[in-house]
Amino acid sequence: MQEIIRRLEEKRAAARLGGGQTRIDKQHAKGKLTARERIELFLDPDTFEEWDMFVEHRCSDFGMEEQKTPGDGVVTGYCMVNGRLVFVFSQDFTVFGGSLSAAHADKICKVMDHAMKVGAPVIGLNDSGGARIQEGVDSLAGYADVFQRNVMASGVIPQISMIMGPCAGGAVYSPSMTDFIFMVKDTSYMFVTGPDVVKTVTHETVTAEQLGGAVTHTTKSGVADLAFENDVEALLMLRRFVNFLPANNREKPPFWPTEDPTDRKIPSLDTLIPADPNRPYDMKELIQKIVDDNDFFELQSTYAANIITGFARMQGSTVGIVANQPMVLAGCLDIDSSKKAARFVRFCDAFNIPIITLVDVPGFLPGTSQEYSGIIKHGAKLLYAYAEATVPKITVITRKAYGGAYDVMASKHLRGDVNLAWPTAEIAVMGPKGAVEIIFRADMKEPDKIAARTDEYREKFANPFVAGSRGFIDDVIMPHSTRKRICRSLAMLRDKKLENPWRKHGNIPL
Amino acid sequence: MGDKITSKKLAEVAGVNTIPGYTDVVRDTEHAVEISNGIGYPVMLKASAGGGGKGMRVAWNEAECRDGFERATNEARSSFGDDRVFIEKFIEEPRHIEIQVMADTHGNVIYLGERECSIQRRHQKVIEEAPSPFLDEATRKAMGEQAVALARAVQYRSAGTVEFIVDAHRNFYFLEMNTRLQVEHPVTEFVTGQDLVELMIRVANGEKLPLTQADVKLNGWAMESRVYAEDPFRNFLPSIGRLVHYRPPQGENVRVDTGVYEGGEVSMFYDPMIAKLVTYGKDRDEAIVRMQHALDEYYIRGVQHNISFLNALMVHPRFREGRLTTNFIAEEFPDGFNAEMVPKEDPAKPIVVAAMIHRSYMDRAAHLSGQVPGYGRQVHDDWAVIINGETHLVHVTPADCGYEVLYADKVYCLKTDWSLGQPLFKGTINDEAVCFQVERQGLWYQLYHRGARTDAMITTPGTAELHGYMLEKEAPDLSKFLLSPMPGLLVKVSVVEGQEVKAGEELAVIEAMKMENVLRATQDAVVAKICAQSGDSLMVDQTIIEFE
Repeated sequence: MQEIIRRLEEKRAAARLGGGQTRIDKQHAKGKLTARERIELFLDPDTFEEWDMFVEHRCSDFGMEEQKTPGDGVVTGYCMVNGRLVFVFSQDFTVFGGSLSAAHADKICKVMDHAMKVGAPVIGLNDSGGARIQEGVDSLAGYADVFQRNVMASGVIPQISMIMGPCAGGAVYSPSMTDFIFMVKDTSYMFVTGPDVVKTVTHETVTAEQLGGAVTHTTKSGVADLAFENDVEALLMLRRFVNFLPANNREKPPFWPTEDPTDRKIPSLDTLIPADPNRPYDMKELIQKIVDDNDFFELQSTYAANIITGFARMQGSTVGIVANQPMVLAGCLDIDSSKKAARFVRFCDAFNIPIITLVDVPGFLPGTSQEYSGIIKHGAKLLYAYAEATVPKITVITRKAYGGAYDVMASKHLRGDVNLAWPTAEIAVMGPKGAVEIIFRADMKEPDKIAARTDEYREKFANPFVAGSRGFIDDVIMPHSTRKRICRSLAMLRDKKLENPWRKHGNIPL
Repeated sequence: MGDKITSKKLAEVAGVNTIPGYTDVVRDTEHAVEISNGIGYPVMLKASAGGGGKGMRVAWNEAECRDGFERATNEARSSFGDDRVFIEKFIEEPRHIEIQVMADTHGNVIYLGERECSIQRRHQKVIEEAPSPFLDEATRKAMGEQAVALARAVQYRSAGTVEFIVDAHRNFYFLEMNTRLQVEHPVTEFVTGQDLVELMIRVANGEKLPLTQADVKLNGWAMESRVYAEDPFRNFLPSIGRLVHYRPPQGENVRVDTGVYEGGEVSMFYDPMIAKLVTYGKDRDEAIVRMQHALDEYYIRGVQHNISFLNALMVHPRFREGRLTTNFIAEEFPDGFNAEMVPKEDPAKPIVVAAMIHRSYMDRAAHLSGQVPGYGRQVHDDWAVIINGETHLVHVTPADCGYEVLYADKVYCLKTDWSLGQPLFKGTINDEAVCFQVERQGLWYQLYHRGARTDAMITTPGTAELHGYMLEKEAPDLSKFLLSPMPGLLVKVSVVEGQEVKAGEELAVIEAMKMENVLRATQDAVVAKICAQSGDSLMVDQTIIEFE
């Protein structure tokens, strides 16, 4: 017994040291924390329950049998974040570069299986050089085991990937199937093939940072949701993010007590819409002012900024916000913004999070680059996502709601529960000028006539009354009462029940 | 009285002091000495054609006058091709002090004390106060009586202001008369207890003034700050835009005269003044302290404003001593204003306030639903406040007063009714009233107090230690190009090659989706090359401007 306990302590000490002090120092020198430090920082103090500390790899080729570290390069277990259960795995770059062996994969699979059983989120802290090459196909099998679980868990429990080091090749596909990917600036990168292969194949010279750094993936590719300055900021913000999410798809989102009155009037919103219909304004001001405590957690803030997505709370409960941003590309829908919003809407729908949609959309972006790249199918993703969603859907049209984009943005016709409009709303097939040029093409040579017709069209359609007369909007509200009206609608919709017909799964235009 | 020369002549007739001088051409050196002896030293020799300080000399005695005249004449000839020189009294340490007068149609004229408006920036008044910290009773009376004499001489019937320039020896000289109510009238209203607008309307209605000179008593001290929409950190560049947040201070002895409101627009078509902020106290110090509090509470977002500059003036030792001149700002801030000039006060204050705010957030987080019974969030009391890379350990506990913060062996008791998400943290630290403006940006709290900004991050002590491993990041590579952020039509390029631009300045306007988008400079730069012309169709990421 004494002997066993002594050996146990030895093994524990070895596991805690990971790849050894030298490698730990190296990790620190890069401004990176170790796998264990990251977990400690992320969770509530003293709540980590570690599993599989004694797991070792099973490889006996290339002298690997001589090199074994208890834990095998990944720290796994569960912990509390603000008292709520969360499963976590944290790859240890100091042990074989965090590379994935079969045993390493087994450990990840174990926490995922448990998370599925009890219905709690899985957080992955990724810092891995890739496959354990010495293990060959065993390593690949390990990846696939994780992938399969990612897919099974999708829409059942929230899965979040925090990329805190390299993540290349096959390794990228596990994070890619999780709900959110966050990255750390300058120390993390993700790509399918690295700069060396790129150079050989396409003769492009590119650095790892340019190819797949946090900035690249949060501005160009849209692969990642947010980039953080460093490990500390990333993990503390991750804590805050987790506070918004329900533990699983059977739960309502958590309640965060607030003193912010639900009927708070916001007079300054009455002047948000500029007198000139072509002048932009900042939709984020509206979001910040209507949500609880001015607290909005934006996602993908630097990618497809013509649409805004993120979480906030209203009367204490999490809501998903989707809003056109007139400041960028006039708030139009294009491929990137449609994809970005569609994925967000689907996450909200999967996890019982009501969706607030704020609409000021002049239409879909025209142009060859959009059409050639398939705006038809990509735009349809957002349409599909909204139409499919059964969570409470509340829509406020602030200004333009033109054409097909009007339909897409959680309109009444897509089972919008409460559709409200500000007095400045214009719900029409297109802007007055364009419409008149089509309807009265014959009069095009007579500017006076066209001007008169344009005025006539504007008078008729550039307001919320026609849509109101059809019941497509439920009420015209004063901007200052927006928060109050949304809160009330959310209260009314608390127990909303709506089910889509049984099917194996729908066929979203991927 | 609108014409300066006419009014000066009228003033002379009315027996009002004017700046002594000889406005005709001086014949020669002997003539110059004769005139100067007549005026009294020091005198200023000025080139008729001069400007911008060129051809100007100050002479303190006869010898300097002889020497100066020759030099001034030569300089005038070589610089302007015109050697005419005139002589005027030189005003040492000039102050701008003005007398408020009020006259009715029945021949009654009174003066309501003075206002000192020496704190000016490029002839634009910034701070005004009443009374002047410089005047004695005799000078005040003499100035007041001259002002009244002038008003009588022109049969003035309304509220008016007689402006004087006052030198270091309390000699005062008439400058001009303003025949209207002035921006800074509230300070006079505070110290006299009179409503000048009401009096103006009454006398315009033919009524008699309800008070005599003997009834005019000056009580206490009033201070006015002009809150401008301008960026003091960028050479006071005017700022325009939407007042996203606007909450003026309130309270006894605080008066805000303004025409703006939250959600309103500060446009380029009007004066950049947002408001006049006036405070009153029993003495100058009390008025200043109230002003500092009022400035702390003044919450403006959406446009840049000069609150931090006003705050810096309020704590400036020379300002506190009342040693003012019209050159105060030029002398004390010769190279403009920057963030380092904001006086730092007790550094413990932002630390303990930040600690308390964070603790409140954590206590709130501990009430999140869905916690595992028996394993709920326990908020601990030890925290680390990280400011400028330095870690300050604090111990924060809820207490009867609100929160108690132990920092550097000292206990701070914080009392406040602040709640999460509120921009203003108003309360007391050990019974001393404070007001911080608080913004949360990610993990950082930005605290604004007394014109200074402190960025603080609060973590557990363990996390703070790990934070030590985080690398200092170099400033991001500042882009040398202005790229089109969208496909669209380039409506105009607002700059030319070689032009220096300031951050925030308009560079180009792009129309896309029939909406105009203004592209602004993200940093100060010099335009090297303009790569696209107005009317061009732009691709996304197409270069519009290259910077040096």
